[in-house]
Amino acid sequence: MAQIVIDTANHIAGYAAKAARVKVVAAYPITPQTTIVERIAEFVESGEMDAEYIRVESEHSAMAACIGAAAAGVRTFTATSAHGLALMHEALHWASGARLPIVMAVVNRAMGAPWNIWPDFSDSLSQRDTGWIQFYCADNQEVFDTIIQAYRLCEDERVFLPAMICLEGFILSHTYMPVKIYDQEEIDAFLPPYKTGWILDVNNPFSHANIVSPEWYMEFRYMIQEAMENAKRLIPEIDKEYGRRFGFQYGGLIDKYRCDDADLIICTMGTMGCEAKIAVDNLRREGLKVGAARIRVYRPFPVEEVRKLAENTGIIATIDRHISFGMEGFLASEIKASLYHMEDKPLLAGFIAGLGGRDVTFKTIEGIAKKSLKWMEMGRVEKETVWVDLRE
Amino acid sequence: MTVPKSRRDMPLTPISYPTLGSMGKTGSWRTFRPVIDYSKCTKCTLCWVYCPDAVITRREDDSPEIDYDYCKGCGICANECPVKAITMQREEE
Repeated sequence: MAQIVIDTANHIAGYAAKAARVKVVAAYPITPQTTIVERIAEFVESGEMDAEYIRVESEHSAMAACIGAAAAGVRTFTATSAHGLALMHEALHWASGARLPIVMAVVNRAMGAPWNIWPDFSDSLSQRDTGWIQFYCADNQEVFDTIIQAYRLCEDERVFLPAMICLEGFILSHTYMPVKIYDQEEIDAFLPPYKTGWILDVNNPFSHANIVSPEWYMEFRYMIQEAMENAKRLIPEIDKEYGRRFGFQYGGLIDKYRCDDADLIICTMGTMGCEAKIAVDNLRREGLKVGAARIRVYRPFPVEEVRKLAENTGIIATIDRHISFGMEGFLASEIKASLYHMEDKPLLAGFIAGLGGRDVTFKTIEGIAKKSLKWMEMGRVEKETVWVDLRE
Repeated sequence: MTVPKSRRDMPLTPISYPTLGSMGKTGSWRTFRPVIDYSKCTKCTLCWVYCPDAVITRREDDSPEIDYDYCKGCGICANECPVKAITMQREEE
């Protein structure tokens, strides 16, 4: 029997690592680490989870240990947040370059200075180009489900890449919600034992990730790009199969809500997607044709699906809990880039909101929607990037 | 190993199998040459342990032998030798 557990997304991520039969967890146990690894440590200590728990001296070492373990042929997991992820940066490239299917939970928190521990996507979005697949979750159930799905995806021979499962600090990490945790046999049936492209073998020794001359480097990069494209095709398939087996489904790459006839599509990531749904319902009651699209997978970016969404809409409003200094929000940039080759493209208005944990409620989003609809009627966007609720 | 003709023949990530001298005869990089004075050598094998390039082998009687084709002349063996039986000499001398 599946059981309902009421717990924080942090602890739920621990449950997911256990359910995925992870064999090695390497973690630096001090701030900005979270209770994800504390829960796993308890599982390992009590014998409920048959895994090696390696305490290391930094996040850089945590990723190095995961790389070693994955290369040695076992399923690995780690978790980090904010500056811990930043310290891991170099090793992230090595993990994807070695094509190791490591899965990591990232609790999204703001980067300092100024010091701030609240939700913000600038930590994981700064890792955009490391070759990791990036999922963004909207509730605790999705955190559990996405970790399980991610192993299935990453260990597919057409992919063999690592993945980050991103969840916003406090809004998810510290919030108790009921989560359905399925029978171990059901999870085992969905997620076969660990598989990877290559495994170190003492009887046939070799070393990996060696120096490659300009003559060969580009091909290795291209193969990662191909794997990302494959992941883009596989994620919706895996999501569908998961839905059939367990009842929860998230729209694959994009969680779309009332988008079909929408004049305005509000584009978000993470928990703002839930607020956007409430805003959509309220605005629809006022007779406004509004829909919401929550980008669930940021890398690979769902270019084709975004184009399809844009086909019959007048304006897209992006809400970024992030700012790429000197430019705009990443979501705004990525969506504009996706639409460039369309003949008849909608307007795009970029909104920066919720940085460092400032609350973004459905009311905030309703304000964003109304401003965007006004611009659609005017036929032009008055301001390309709007900072929401900014003190003037 | 054959050289891959297409991307399809390439491994996922570059891997190297241990082979002798895949980078050519790296002994030519050497500026200083370690020379063993066998009359001082106590066959402690520390030079064999410390050599980072594994170019020192042990003979039957545990006395060391340096493979000058691949020794880069780093001097670690001379530094580690407890009885100063190894000296570093300029190549041209």
